[in-house]
Amino acid sequence: MNSKEITTQISEAADSLNLKKWDYGASFSNDYSVQVDKGEAKQLKASQKQILTIRVWNESNLVGITTTSDISESGIKKALNQANIASDFGNKNERTDFSPLAKDPIEVKDSKKRNPVGIKKLLTLLREAEVKLLESHESIKSVPYNGLSESFYERVYGNSDGAFRSYTKSQAALYLYARAEEKNKKPRSSGSVKLGYGVEDIDIESCIKDASNKTISHLNYSSIKTHKYLICFSPESFLTIINAFSSMFNARSILDGVSLSNKNSIGEKLSTEALNVYDDGLHEKNISSSPFDGEGTPTKRLCLINKGRLENFIHSESTARIFKTMPTGHAGLGSKVSVSPDWIVVEKSEENSDLKTSLDHSTYKGEFVYIEELNAIHAGVRASQGSFSLPFDGWLYKDGKKISIESATVAGDIKYLLKNIVNIESNQKVTTSGISPHIWVDELSITGDA
Amino acid sequence: MLSSQIKPNEIIFGSCNKDLLEEIIFYGIGLGADFVEIFIENTDNSSVLAEEDFITSVSPSFGRGAGIRIFKGKKDGFVSTNDLTKNGLMSSVSQAIQMLDITDKKREVFNGLDKHRDYSLSKKNWINEVPSIHEISEKLLVSTKSLKKNNKIITRKGSYSRNLQEVIIASSDGTYVSDIRLHQTVGLNVIASDAQYRSSGSRRFGSSGMPHEFRLWDHEKAANDVFESSMNMLYADYVDAGQMPVVLANKFGGVIFHEACGHLLETTQIERGTTPFENKLNEKIAHESVTAIDEGISEGSFGSLSVDDEGMEPEKSILIKDGILKKFISDRAGELRTGHKRTGSGRRQNYSFAAASRMRNTYIAKGEHSKEDLINSINDGLYCKSMGGGSVGATGQFNFAVEEGYLIKNGKLTNPVKGATLIGEAKEVMPKISMCGNDLELAPGFCGSISGSVNVTVGQPHIKVDSITVGGR
Repeated sequence: MNSKEITTQISEAADSLNLKKWDYGASFSNDYSVQVDKGEAKQLKASQKQILTIRVWNESNLVGITTTSDISESGIKKALNQANIASDFGNKNERTDFSPLAKDPIEVKDSKKRNPVGIKKLLTLLREAEVKLLESHESIKSVPYNGLSESFYERVYGNSDGAFRSYTKSQAALYLYARAEEKNKKPRSSGSVKLGYGVEDIDIESCIKDASNKTISHLNYSSIKTHKYLICFSPESFLTIINAFSSMFNARSILDGVSLSNKNSIGEKLSTEALNVYDDGLHEKNISSSPFDGEGTPTKRLCLINKGRLENFIHSESTARIFKTMPTGHAGLGSKVSVSPDWIVVEKSEENSDLKTSLDHSTYKGEFVYIEELNAIHAGVRASQGSFSLPFDGWLYKDGKKISIESATVAGDIKYLLKNIVNIESNQKVTTSGISPHIWVDELSITGDA
Repeated sequence: MLSSQIKPNEIIFGSCNKDLLEEIIFYGIGLGADFVEIFIENTDNSSVLAEEDFITSVSPSFGRGAGIRIFKGKKDGFVSTNDLTKNGLMSSVSQAIQMLDITDKKREVFNGLDKHRDYSLSKKNWINEVPSIHEISEKLLVSTKSLKKNNKIITRKGSYSRNLQEVIIASSDGTYVSDIRLHQTVGLNVIASDAQYRSSGSRRFGSSGMPHEFRLWDHEKAANDVFESSMNMLYADYVDAGQMPVVLANKFGGVIFHEACGHLLETTQIERGTTPFENKLNEKIAHESVTAIDEGISEGSFGSLSVDDEGMEPEKSILIKDGILKKFISDRAGELRTGHKRTGSGRRQNYSFAAASRMRNTYIAKGEHSKEDLINSINDGLYCKSMGGGSVGATGQFNFAVEEGYLIKNGKLTNPVKGATLIGEAKEVMPKISMCGNDLELAPGFCGSISGSVNVTVGQPHIKVDSITVGGR
């Protein structure tokens, strides 16, 4: 069944059940992936998947929802029926409606959709990558976590008011995590992830080089003293922190009482005037970009922090109505519609005279901790309280030398962190979750076991 | 009884599918596979969310699909699909065969499926016995109302989810089983606030195979527990970082063993070469006070199952006995690739994942000490009453967030502290578990790993770790 046919099926089934108002989101995907182990194929996977989520409004205008992987005629009818039953329990205190923007034009970019290369090609490429990574340094003994995958999918939104939009995409991903071992030392591991529209777009050599360099750079390690340090966040780690505390910008989280912000927080000074933060799902470097959200609202670039001040919240249809604004294209279809950021872009604003520009991670000679990657976000972030305590991979720079840090955590408070940004480097780096330069923060607590 | 559409040449739940399953397995073996496994599921799930004094979300879902796994030598190809017709399943077998590039036409023998082992016979009425959405909603609203104990509580939530999974498993070694699994979980969460101070509290309860369990849930006790926890932590200071002895509470305190050691005893870790315990069988890896168990048989426990996702009945595996490593947790691929016998631990989130060796109900056995013995033995340390989540890295380093912690001074519990994280490595920490309490209790949880998110139980009595790194400020 294609996307047009499914709309017809839902429409006909809804008519037969006398359901007047409905909408749906659907996705259809084909995924292929391979893993290898020392030159041998380990697991080869293929999956064909379809997911349909239907919402139904009853006569009291309450919404019910059902999700199913059964898109047969009977499956669709059952889903509509279940959604109708669930609508009896719809939220009377917060009404949901179609997005007023669900029929607005969407920005259609070149989808750069690629054709499948097939499992055999994936396997050949991954085997070669594994060999090259193993040969890149004598201490690299294995590549325990590896994978090369390609996905082809279609996403659809439609409603009983005539809105219909769909897009198709392809995406490929390569990850290589190497493990290095040296006598009388603990094993060390690090890796790299690369995305592309298709396998041919992935810079495999760069992934191998990154994984090798990162792993080897941690071979000589030392404990660090528990203390407060000047910190340099890598672009990846700063984006991890911003995403972990994105409830600050999230209208849904504000209404739910789990955000550090409130309805009146727009304009609040959060950090140095030098900081700008955007959500830009349609950014040309965002491989996973989607032209519309779960409610059919077009995706757009939105400024979240402008010159250090909170500028906008991200919204769904219902939160936007409560805040008396328009949806921003960040909704996820659900019984309770979720709101989440797409792709964060961090940059230095024009108001940057207060920055300590001598702090540059490639030239600075003073003592600082470089945080390459933050781990265990789900365990160490208290978004509703603003606090974090996270293990990380990184280095201590001291006396012109750098040494990998063994087993340490960085702890703090997001508001304190933002207010204590002392430099935003000029060069931005594209990562898998957004774009950011290196960010310097003064006086954060590091716990080590030295 | 779960419903499904009836069509010819299609898997039909509740019917005998033997002929069709045998035909598909014969097809795979005929194309040169060493082993063919078919996992088919039909799900019927629902969840309910209460916020403050209102039901804000009711989410039913249902679906069906198949996962087909083909082994050739030690490598395997896995294909998942929503198409349960004969053609769809045959096509998936062909795809897996092609992926494995099987050209060796040496034929394995398939003698047909064994007698059907139907574990679902006594479970077919569960779907009618579980509480209705209306009943769930009413109890959740009473629960969230119970959390409203003072004006410092600014957010109150109660959530319930019920997953009913009907499975058929057939493979070329003759395995042919059916089962119905039921998991119910209910949780309460609060956020407390006073001026600049904030705290949160949460508790989750869960059961497997007990349709009436939600009705027996003591929501008042749960609400009191969550409320007290959030109040105790509201004005807590941040913990000072450093090395110190800790006492970990029973129940969910067992997450430390699950993350720090349990994962490293799964054969998937041996396959990757990422466990320090690979060659340590029958060697001492923990303090002699530690005996650790993984099993899938405790009645009603969240990680219990009648049969694993590869058709094997779960066994009780003594992983560590008096500090000595005795066994690894193994699935079919683990046995094939590492030689460790299967333990009935082949588990997966759903049909779209290949099964892997995963923990079930995993706990440290009780010792002889009281909780007070453990605390009295510490002059300056930390009591971790409630643990948050945790994870283990590729080199065995783990970390856990402490949700509710108290300082121990001169053998007594003193001030509450927040922001603590426990950090360490299994092989260094296990020998430091020097005292085990006599109050073993289990707690439900979800574990995410290679084959998706599965229901598990963690557990332990109170335990004392002589020294561990505590991350703080």
